Amino acid sequence: MYSRIHSKINPRLTTTVLHSSIQSFSRLSTLRPAVRATPKKSVPIGIVRFFSSSSISRSSRDGAAVQVSEEILGEVPLLDVQNVLVVGSGGLSIGQAGEFDYSGSQAIKALRESGVKTILVNPNIATIQTSHSLADSVYFLPVTPEYLIHILERERPDGILLTFGGQTALNCGIQLDRMGVLDRLNIKVLGTPIKTLVTSEDRDLFVKALNEIGIPAAQSTAVESVDEALSAADEIGYPVIVRSAFSLGGLGSGFASNGDELRSLATKSLALTPQLLVEKSMKGWKEVEYEVVRDASNNCITVCNMENFDPLGIHTGESIVVAPSQTLSDEEYHMLRTAAIKIIRHLGVVGECNVQYALNPHSLEYKVIEVNARLSPSKATGYPLAFIAAKIALGHTLPSLQNSVTKTTTACFEPSIDYVVTKIPRWDLAKFQYVDRHIGSSMKSVGEVMAIGRTFEESLQKAIRQVDPSWQGFHGLSEPFNDVDDILTDPTDRRLFAIGQVMLSPDKAVREKYSVDHLHCLTKIDKWFLHKLKNIADVYHQLSDSRGVLSKVPIDLLKKAKKTGFSDIQMAKLLGTNELALRQVRKENNITPFVKRIDTLAAEFPAHTNYLYTSYNASEDDVAFDDKGIMVLGSGVYRIGSSVEFDWCGVSCIRGLRNLGEKTVMVNYNPETVSTDFDECDRLYFEELSFERVMDIAEKESAKGVVVSVGGQLPQNIALRLHDNNINVLGTSPKMIDAAEDRFQFSKILDKIGVDQPTWKELSSVEEAFKFADSVGYPVLVRPSYVLSGAAMNVAYTPQALKENLTMAADVSPLHPVVITKFIQGAKEIDIDAVAHNGKVLVHAVSEHVEDAGVHSGDATLILPSLDIDTQTMDRLKTIADKVAKAFEITGPFNMQIIKQDYNSTPNSNEQEPPALKVIECNMRASRSFPFVSKVLGINFIDIATKALVGKQVPSPVDLMKKTYDYQAIKVPQFSWTRLQGADPFLGVEMASTGEVACFGKDKYEAFWASIQSVQNFHIPPRNSGVLIGGDYVTNIDDYLHIAYTFYNELGHSMFVPTKEDKLILEKANIPCIVLPVAEQTENKRELNRIFKDNDIKCIVHLAKVRAPDQFDKGYICRRAAVDFGIPLLNDSKVARLFVDSCVRHRIDDVVEIPSEVKSWGEFVETKI
Amino acid sequence: MSILKSIQLIRPTMKTTWVAHSGLTRAFTSTPFTKKSASAIPAALKLKSGQIFQGTSFGAETSAFGEAVFTTSLVGYPESMTDPSYTGQLLVFTQPLIGNYGVPGETKDEFGLYKYFESEGIQVRGIIVNDYAAQYSHWTAIESLGKWCKRYNVPAISGVDTRAITHRLRDQGSTLAQLAIGDDALKNDISKLHFPNPNDENLVARVSTKVPLHYNPKGDVKIAVVDCGVKQNILRCLVNKGASVTVLPFDFDFNHISDQFDGLFISNGPGSPTTCTETVKNLRTALDSFDKPIFGICMGNLLLGMAAGMDVYKLPFGNRGHNQPALHVDTKKCYITSQNHGYALDDKVMPKGWRRMFVNANDGSNEGIRHETKPIFSVQFHPEAKGGPRDTEYLFEDFLGHVRSDKLKRSGFQAILEDQPATVSAFS
Repeated sequence: MYSRIHSKINPRLTTTVLHSSIQSFSRLSTLRPAVRATPKKSVPIGIVRFFSSSSISRSSRDGAAVQVSEEILGEVPLLDVQNVLVVGSGGLSIGQAGEFDYSGSQAIKALRESGVKTILVNPNIATIQTSHSLADSVYFLPVTPEYLIHILERERPDGILLTFGGQTALNCGIQLDRMGVLDRLNIKVLGTPIKTLVTSEDRDLFVKALNEIGIPAAQSTAVESVDEALSAADEIGYPVIVRSAFSLGGLGSGFASNGDELRSLATKSLALTPQLLVEKSMKGWKEVEYEVVRDASNNCITVCNMENFDPLGIHTGESIVVAPSQTLSDEEYHMLRTAAIKIIRHLGVVGECNVQYALNPHSLEYKVIEVNARLSPSKATGYPLAFIAAKIALGHTLPSLQNSVTKTTTACFEPSIDYVVTKIPRWDLAKFQYVDRHIGSSMKSVGEVMAIGRTFEESLQKAIRQVDPSWQGFHGLSEPFNDVDDILTDPTDRRLFAIGQVMLSPDKAVREKYSVDHLHCLTKIDKWFLHKLKNIADVYHQLSDSRGVLSKVPIDLLKKAKKTGFSDIQMAKLLGTNELALRQVRKENNITPFVKRIDTLAAEFPAHTNYLYTSYNASEDDVAFDDKGIMVLGSGVYRIGSSVEFDWCGVSCIRGLRNLGEKTVMVNYNPETVSTDFDECDRLYFEELSFERVMDIAEKESAKGVVVSVGGQLPQNIALRLHDNNINVLGTSPKMIDAAEDRFQFSKILDKIGVDQPTWKELSSVEEAFKFADSVGYPVLVRPSYVLSGAAMNVAYTPQALKENLTMAADVSPLHPVVITKFIQGAKEIDIDAVAHNGKVLVHAVSEHVEDAGVHSGDATLILPSLDIDTQTMDRLKTIADKVAKAFEITGPFNMQIIKQDYNSTPNSNEQEPPALKVIECNMRASRSFPFVSKVLGINFIDIATKALVGKQVPSPVDLMKKTYDYQAIKVPQFSWTRLQGADPFLGVEMASTGEVACFGKDKYEAFWASIQSVQNFHIPPRNSGVLIGGDYVTNIDDYLHIAYTFYNELGHSMFVPTKEDKLILEKANIPCIVLPVAEQTENKRELNRIFKDNDIKCIVHLAKVRAPDQFDKGYICRRAAVDFGIPLLNDSKVARLFVDSCVRHRIDDVVEIPSEVKSWGEFVETKI
Repeated sequence: MSILKSIQLIRPTMKTTWVAHSGLTRAFTSTPFTKKSASAIPAALKLKSGQIFQGTSFGAETSAFGEAVFTTSLVGYPESMTDPSYTGQLLVFTQPLIGNYGVPGETKDEFGLYKYFESEGIQVRGIIVNDYAAQYSHWTAIESLGKWCKRYNVPAISGVDTRAITHRLRDQGSTLAQLAIGDDALKNDISKLHFPNPNDENLVARVSTKVPLHYNPKGDVKIAVVDCGVKQNILRCLVNKGASVTVLPFDFDFNHISDQFDGLFISNGPGSPTTCTETVKNLRTALDSFDKPIFGICMGNLLLGMAAGMDVYKLPFGNRGHNQPALHVDTKKCYITSQNHGYALDDKVMPKGWRRMFVNANDGSNEGIRHETKPIFSVQFHPEAKGGPRDTEYLFEDFLGHVRSDKLKRSGFQAILEDQPATVSAFS
């Protein structure tokens, strides 16, 4: 690695530093010029001043680190690179989530600052890193070795950065190296060398490497068959853990306590990975992690350590995690820290990595579980890990870099934390049918929250509320578990609530039974954590006991409750009052939170950033409140339905506000986001997005206004209450937001302005619902108000299904009415994203769904610009947008979904009639497609919305749909079915995707061709391979036959079907096919796998429209088998149709030249945003 | 020689000795509480500069005066509290959750050194924490932090904004303070309080051994340790690596017995180095008269520097924590070190024959010096850790390497000498 480093002067860097003033100097992350060829005189006074006598003062201290660095380190040789390809991580999926957007963004910022040109490849169009303000050039193309080679050939960069794109990028890098591409094109790998990546990823090599330096690693035996696994386990002894090499977040991993369990687990895992590792289980041990940084000169630091609340056995991504560790003594802490440094040095990591340990809770025995030579960033400390790692990749050394939080001290130090951070994962398992809710060694969570407090209780209770705003803190669930002991011992995603149920039980006997000791026995959670939960429980019971007259509640108890992290609403409920009354009493007694700063060194040095949190365990604020800035409410935890798209919106809004000269305050608590990077706004509150906390911050900051329309649904939900409490909500009036959220009010307004909508009815009883459904005809769609991503929304094809849906919907939001709608089959769906100012539309984008209406818009494949919507319809859509904007007096972003029902699909209409356009949904906020439409059309919709919100520099309206474009872009969803054991990979009105990717092309076929390959683990089936196709009675037969015919006739595949019915259909159309006994092998996955292998099945197409009634459904088995055995699945007829049509046009057996879709974003879209 | 024969494995009780004999102790202690109540006992940290921080007591029911200092270490409260260098100080922990893993027992290792403590008993005069864990959890723990404090008559306060206190200490420099417990805590008039300055006392004299102590008598090389308040783990780092150690009182003139040891070590210690004039004088003689390896840590660095002719100055608030970067001047390597010192050597101009060895990468203060030609060096930080990072523990090996090769040279084994490390290695 080191031999690659040239000692060549980097002229840009030197000049920047030398000619900068003190102020601009402080913006640089490098402490000192890379080369010390400069006379000292030219360095501004104040930086070089160096104290050494007793006349030392604060001001002279500021320059000391610069001076030391300059004087002692001298010349730091930098890597000679001018152009670097940064490999992104692609669509968000479970195990590889949003953190790579922010780490990649930081890396690009770091390279840019050093004058290095960056070329980014990442098909995740919703990310902030894919922006021209960061990367010099962006490719929205698949992160696969094939496409990377094309890009490398085209761009000829001199460096490649692999460590900021998650496992996807690392795997690609390893493959590129094996193929000899990097050597052939003379491309340097920046940061951690390939050899190290291979060692840390291959368990065998890894254990060998650790053994060389006497570090104990979890013992493992590599196996390649089920029999080998069984004999390995016999040797090691049960229980064993099974892991797969080269996996994402523990995919295919699990525990087995006997041979039968191991057989079933190994069969499944071997379908996903060629090599399995069988290891001794250390269930119940503490799990501890260290984040280590090393530079090429061998300087090492540990940025942070973390301890899992859940003991070993639960994947760290599925655990509640605290930072720093809380139950480790100095001896243990430093034993593991020393080992971490030894490991990173031995492996030769250049940059950052994460070491995971298992620590025996009764001795100093420990074992290394895993080392990830990639960036798993941590917002816990404020230390800009990714930024520093990127600088290190360029050859900078740690002591030559600056701590960008203090701007006065060196980056070669270890952050000291004077708060406690709690991370809790967010699961969305309730959204999936048949999914196993147990958590364990493989990851199922879709996001995470991070909460900061000065006691564990405060931090934990904040975190619980952040995961889901309907949770008020530590408590039990409204429907208690009957099998509470089972959940405590064999945890599900709701274990914390099981603990809450017993600790907070009104029954004293239950509480006594579940003592800390007993709970420890059941859960193996360290008693320290359980004692802390008990502290919360004690206050909880004291509050319950004080129920009655609020004025009689002891003030000390209120104080104590706030210090223990209770929310107003939680306290109010216990005390028998309401949130506002409690807030009033609290404020009258001066019980208000204080604002503290995260500064990486526990206040030892002054900090220059405003990375803030609030705490009741304090007596003064760290900051003054003079800005009177504009608050932007972020999107909170990444979950199905709200993800990186809203982070893009939030960040775009902040950047827009700053460009308009406004001071900005960001509120968000999602550690995976760019919006929580402290250099993106003037003030960052890493805080809850609850009414209570937003009010606290707005009052403290005397905020000029609050933006609620760029953070998705969460901020919208509190808009009206903020407005009612005299907070200036910018843009569309919260009263109007409320009207649009309330389907009843919304429909009434649409009726008034003459905008069509599907027949609907507000429901007051089940009988009425049946009557209505009978009158309009099944299927019907049940929709409650205030929903996101289709929670509790469902299509009912039968009265029985309707009955079930109604109970589900009522459970979700009893305070809001539920509306029932006629469901239109076979119709097209259209998304309109728009921005208005004072009721007048400024810009709008019309995207067409590939799937028929009925698939949730978040799971839909979107085409923009659409060439299949005629001008007349386009104009009518614009008119609808205009009318809605006017009626709701919209200022800011809004989104509508409209159903287009063509005349020929309505049996009674006459030929001349234009298609019916019915509005099915309207949100007075930015939607998840805003980044997509902005990037495709080359106009930042959020930037325009921001101008509208503050009424500054508002542009004139323009009809972007009237322009002609010589390209089309397609956005496709990224699912994480492999992670969700048992879940049915079925598309419906309930959203299921975890991310999205989008690519450009000269037409929709080319765009789709690139997009579908951007989906993780989707491989184009090679010619002559087998394709399994199936459907159900609602499947569109035209589509079905077109797909089968094309696969067979034009693409040369052998066709297989799961049932005789399917065979009949295909044979009628002269498509020969073979029935595979898929359903018969449901119990024997290994046999099923063999069948697929023997027949070379490389693609499964299942087009069922009706949800599987049970797990024995043949469609379910087909779909699930595709996922379990890693075979690409197409489960929508219109998408599958587009797929085969694209294959016909683009699949070439031998790629000889660079395909036409390999073009940068700038080559497709002229305007750079 | 008699001192080398008097083998004594148990160190005398430092803390209890000085508390009992100190005339100041009375002045430090307020009327103890007689009645116990279930409700929390009030406590307050009063800074001489005028601020009062109200909280509750969880330690001894006695008030104490001292110099308020803060440590940014995340772990190691038992180690810090028993570190003799903290004698005379009221210690503020910036880490907000303290007491989590309780306090271990007074177990000793095979050398007769405390396994978990740095001296016998608590050395700090009081502790200040944000959130005390009344319920602890750890396999080594035998009692809670509060109970331990009570046993050693050390007051402790919890529920105060330690970050706000740290801001004060950072901005106004180290500050004299009272940790007031019970009735004292309720009195708000600071102007009437007299704040004694512990640095006016000879704290080293208090904590230094009164009689020579011997550890690992069978070691291959003999190290004389000048005890200014030596930590147990320093001794362990020496004996663990095969040395035989004799701990001498801080003012003992080791020059008289220089023929009886192979290397000299100057330890850490509390308070101001200017009180150790005797030690400096002895060191000066040593630098002139013998050329055996010398190694010093913390106070040892200051005293060695003074003996070499350097000045010391008081840092505004000292460097205390486990995250201090020390840059090795020759190799340009940066190490994360454990630190606890309020004074520093002025290394702007180095005396003839001396060089800077380490420099603090944050504030530029001196972190170590070395002789240009002789195997004499010292560091301001704590390579022995406990608590803190162990990245520089190799310095002990370097020192003993010098001692061994020096001994060999004296014995005339030139050939073996070739294989010994000649300079300080970059990495252990």
